[in-house]
Amino acid sequence: MCMKQVPETTEVKIDQAQNRVDTGGLTRIINPYDTYALEEAIRIKENSGATVTVVSMGPDEVDQSLREALAMGADEAVRLSDPAFEGSDPLATAYILARGIEKLGDYDLIICGRQAMDGSSGNVGPGVAEELGLPQVTFVRKIEELKEGYIRLQRMTDDGYEVLEGPLPMLITVVKEINEPRLASLKGLMKAKRVTIPVWGLSDLGADPSRVGPSGSPTVVAKVAPPPPRSGGEIIEGTPEEQVKTLVAKLKAQKVL
Amino acid sequence: MDFELTEDQRMIQRMARDFAQKEVLPHVAEWEENEALPREIFRQMGEMGFFALPFPEEVGGLGAGYLSYVLAVEEISRVSASLGISYAAHVSIGTFPIHLFGSPEQKDRWLGPLLRGEFLAAFGLTEPNAGSDAGATETTAVFRDGEWVLNGTKCFITNANLAGVVVATAVTDPGRGSRGISSFIVPTDAPGFSVGKKYAKLGLKASDTAELIFEDCRLPADALLGERNAGLRQFLTALDGGRISIAALSVGIAQACLDASLPYAKTRVQFGRPISSFQAVQFKLADMAMETELARLMTYKAAWLKDSGRPFSREAAMAKLYASEVSVRAALQAVQIHGGYGYMEEYPVERYLRDAKLMEIGEGTSEIHRLVIARSLGC
Repeated sequence: MCMKQVPETTEVKIDQAQNRVDTGGLTRIINPYDTYALEEAIRIKENSGATVTVVSMGPDEVDQSLREALAMGADEAVRLSDPAFEGSDPLATAYILARGIEKLGDYDLIICGRQAMDGSSGNVGPGVAEELGLPQVTFVRKIEELKEGYIRLQRMTDDGYEVLEGPLPMLITVVKEINEPRLASLKGLMKAKRVTIPVWGLSDLGADPSRVGPSGSPTVVAKVAPPPPRSGGEIIEGTPEEQVKTLVAKLKAQKVL
Repeated sequence: MDFELTEDQRMIQRMARDFAQKEVLPHVAEWEENEALPREIFRQMGEMGFFALPFPEEVGGLGAGYLSYVLAVEEISRVSASLGISYAAHVSIGTFPIHLFGSPEQKDRWLGPLLRGEFLAAFGLTEPNAGSDAGATETTAVFRDGEWVLNGTKCFITNANLAGVVVATAVTDPGRGSRGISSFIVPTDAPGFSVGKKYAKLGLKASDTAELIFEDCRLPADALLGERNAGLRQFLTALDGGRISIAALSVGIAQACLDASLPYAKTRVQFGRPISSFQAVQFKLADMAMETELARLMTYKAAWLKDSGRPFSREAAMAKLYASEVSVRAALQAVQIHGGYGYMEEYPVERYLRDAKLMEIGEGTSEIHRLVIARSLGC
């Protein structure tokens, strides 16, 4: 399971000089979309006796979120970290995660959240699948069946869902409709405190230096800016009947209807 | 000097906050209406480790320290003071005496289920004629034919109906006054033990408060907790820790008052402006924020002293006294800021006011706490 640590979004600031989200001084949490991936992984573990390993790329602080994942019920956690990884875009990040997963070896199913709450590219999960040469299904809202070498699932689309089946190993990204993540338990946390989380760097992964960090990142962010503040709306007064009439008239005038 | 919580403590605080928001908040109105807390919530809290937090690992605890537990009580109470007091009474004065003074056999038997939340513990000290004057205890325990026989009534007991075990005080040596009181571990299925009627209360309505009745209640010889006639020292020690938890509960209520009042004041418009733009309201909010923070600091300091193995009686008394009075002031101001709406059940602040008042009474009144502090100064 791939996890990203993100700042709590209610307090996000944007660093305009660096064209990125300013993560200084913020509460860090597990990317909310990843909690659904983690919950699904833990449910599979509870039903099948599988082992759940959480992989994340990032600095020391990420250990805190990895411990939280362990407190929820993951078995193992690995952190991928190296000064050379700094400034990796989604492509480089996918490359690094793929090398980490490769080093872990034996895997059947890789689960990712649909996207990160901060960057929101939604590219990393699919990128990992490409790097590993695995089939992938994005936006999974339900796993219908899972057995040795086989998975059948529902993929959410704009107007419904598709039922897909395929072989394992596979990579899936999940949407929040898939489950209701459990709370990490205090018991789990105190146990997770004692777990040593291995940290793998560039050389541990045997990774190609030209594919990580800025040199492995073709993405150029031209400009990052906060969205314009919402302009004041209009409150329509009157009885419900009058309000509906006024609203319909206004929508027609705007050619929305 | 370091005012930072550790990473563990911050995570415990956040987990308790998440739990309170997800599992408690949606049910608070229903629980208060029913005047009962469901057993399920205690089972859930036990499973997550809330009750095990401050106890050492050797007895099945999490070894996270008293401060971590205090953070959890604060967060739970911020959402439901009824659940907060049930939690605090279970851990601080129900379970702790068994942990501190119990024999290895007694600990073996009781701590596991209590820490897992299979049932709760209650603390039976107060009697109709022995409140602040706990030395006036009238419940008696007589050793007869190899058994203890208890007779008497305890009143205002938190968790009475939810308890599987009660730690109760009784006079074992009538001639020796407060030095003749002992503590007993009473399983709630003991012959002659029963729970009396539930009280109708001003606040904390969902918390379970009832009488305990001992009518020729027969207990085996090993039901005595610790040494005979050591009851006074035991309950004073238990109450020292209990006071920190009531302080935390009070901080939780005071914070809830601020949580409710600030957004209300910013959105409530009178005279064409949000009322938060008026100094009369700003000063109330400033006082609430300041006093809540000061109460929190003293509460954490008392818990930190306890975790450091240093004397903390005076600080616990100061924290409890100050925080409880802050919670009542904050609740009064919260109602005032809400005006007419504050008096209505539709908004939570009227409940905060009703709940807060008990903080100045339970586990030692404000008056007793001023005496405790004065005595610690050498008066």
